[in-house]
Amino acid sequence: MLLGALLVLLLGLPLLSLVLRIPPGDLVARLRDPLILQALRLSLVTSLAATVIVAALGLPVAYLLATGEFRGKRVLEAFIDLPMVLPPTVAGVALLTAFGRTGLAGQALSALGITLPFTTLGVVVAQAFVAAPFFVGAARAGFAEVDRKYLDAAATLRAAPGYAFFRVLVPLAAPSLFAGAAMSWARALGEFGATITFAGNMPGVTQTMPLAVYLALQSDLDAAVALSVLLLLVSLTVLLSIRLTPSRLAALAARARRAPR
Amino acid sequence: MSFIVQIALATLGISPIAVRPAAPVPSTLTVYAAASLTDAFRELGRALEAEHPGLAVQFNFAGSQQLALQIEQGAPADVFASADQRWMSYASEKGLIEGASAIFARNRLVAIVPRTNPARIGGLPDLARRGIKLVLAAEAVPAGKYSREALEKLSAAPGFPPEYGRRVLANVVSQEENVKAVVAKVQLGEADAGLVYRSDVTPSVSRYVRVLAIDDPYNVIASYPIAVLKSARNAEAARWFVELVSSAAGQQTLQRHGLLPAAAAAPAAAQP
Repeated sequence: MLLGALLVLLLGLPLLSLVLRIPPGDLVARLRDPLILQALRLSLVTSLAATVIVAALGLPVAYLLATGEFRGKRVLEAFIDLPMVLPPTVAGVALLTAFGRTGLAGQALSALGITLPFTTLGVVVAQAFVAAPFFVGAARAGFAEVDRKYLDAAATLRAAPGYAFFRVLVPLAAPSLFAGAAMSWARALGEFGATITFAGNMPGVTQTMPLAVYLALQSDLDAAVALSVLLLLVSLTVLLSIRLTPSRLAALAARARRAPR
Repeated sequence: MSFIVQIALATLGISPIAVRPAAPVPSTLTVYAAASLTDAFRELGRALEAEHPGLAVQFNFAGSQQLALQIEQGAPADVFASADQRWMSYASEKGLIEGASAIFARNRLVAIVPRTNPARIGGLPDLARRGIKLVLAAEAVPAGKYSREALEKLSAAPGFPPEYGRRVLANVVSQEENVKAVVAKVQLGEADAGLVYRSDVTPSVSRYVRVLAIDDPYNVIASYPIAVLKSARNAEAARWFVELVSSAAGQQTLQRHGLLPAAAAAPAAAQP
């Protein structure tokens, strides 16, 4: 109990002291700054796009890891977790060597007219790269928890595998999928190192909130703190609303499960 | 019992009474230095370690502005070497430095392009061409401030198009948080050009980039001040390091790494 309180203190005190440092009027004034709004909007758009991409591409991988047994499964698992331990700036360099214009895949991309470094799309790619493991991990655990008998029942009723996946498995695992998406989104929103290394720092194009905060920190501590508080408030709002959704979904799912009996 | 308590406290590094012997000279020296000094200072650090066996020299290389803020927040540094007077003055105004700072080196800006030169840049005027991907240090970074000053001066130079500075700035695709990040983006071939210090073009970098010099009248000559910090835990070694940097041998090392000697009076010195 005491240890738990210590952790809450460790996490809460720095955040609280950040908030206390800034008079609320200051925050409102900063909100009117077009540069800040620009960074905030860019952050929200790119992090949401990254989350959608991660969820779409992560779903089949998570399913495979949760249900399949195959050679090299452990290797694939470790491989997918790697971005979590890789220092983000190294991730940025890795992305450059892959998708930069002289990179392995970059030359093919530029032949298609796609440029990633120094573009907003590059920001999304950097965020997706670091955020993917969070979604895959949570979704995989969610799929693994679903009782096989529901899938078996669907198969008995001749549901096509795709139908069973989207109408049975995904709804039952929804709370975990939402939690994973929320984690991915939070990671994408806070992304700094991979973004500045891979996509650079340009207001309106690649300067997300964390980059704006860092640059502000170089010249104006108060501005940096105000920006951080703003980012905290936005993140808290979105995280809370996502947290509330899955619990409601879980309640719905539980009712649906009880109903047929 | 009290003996046990004393041992326990001693283990924690707390001595309840003044039983501690005369404070031993700390065996590490911590130098906070501008990122552009990385290679030169590493070499000087090794020289100082060779001169004083038992001494370990540690470095924290980052943007000068970041170092100044870290020192202000109580970072355990003994020496501060800044890439411009602005952040040394900042540290001085906050009462963080011991005595006066001294200029120990100067540096100049150059433009670099990747060896492959994807944008076919033949000279500085080409930087104003539309579609060039230019990378600069952010304005809060000394190199970024100097870059903008030099572009401004070049706008008035013969052979340069009107509004040169503004047109070049319109080509900026990224404002990096320190000058080494500018080097990296050009070295990796992602940017078509960048403005960096001459000293950033180290032997390992020059394999990948070509240097375009900026003539002295339009260049901005950066001054590097160094100072011992008030909070220094190893003030003695800190003074050794400052002396070494200013000595003939130290100046030679700095010049080998592309820095200009402190004494060289530049025609268009940016700092008084």
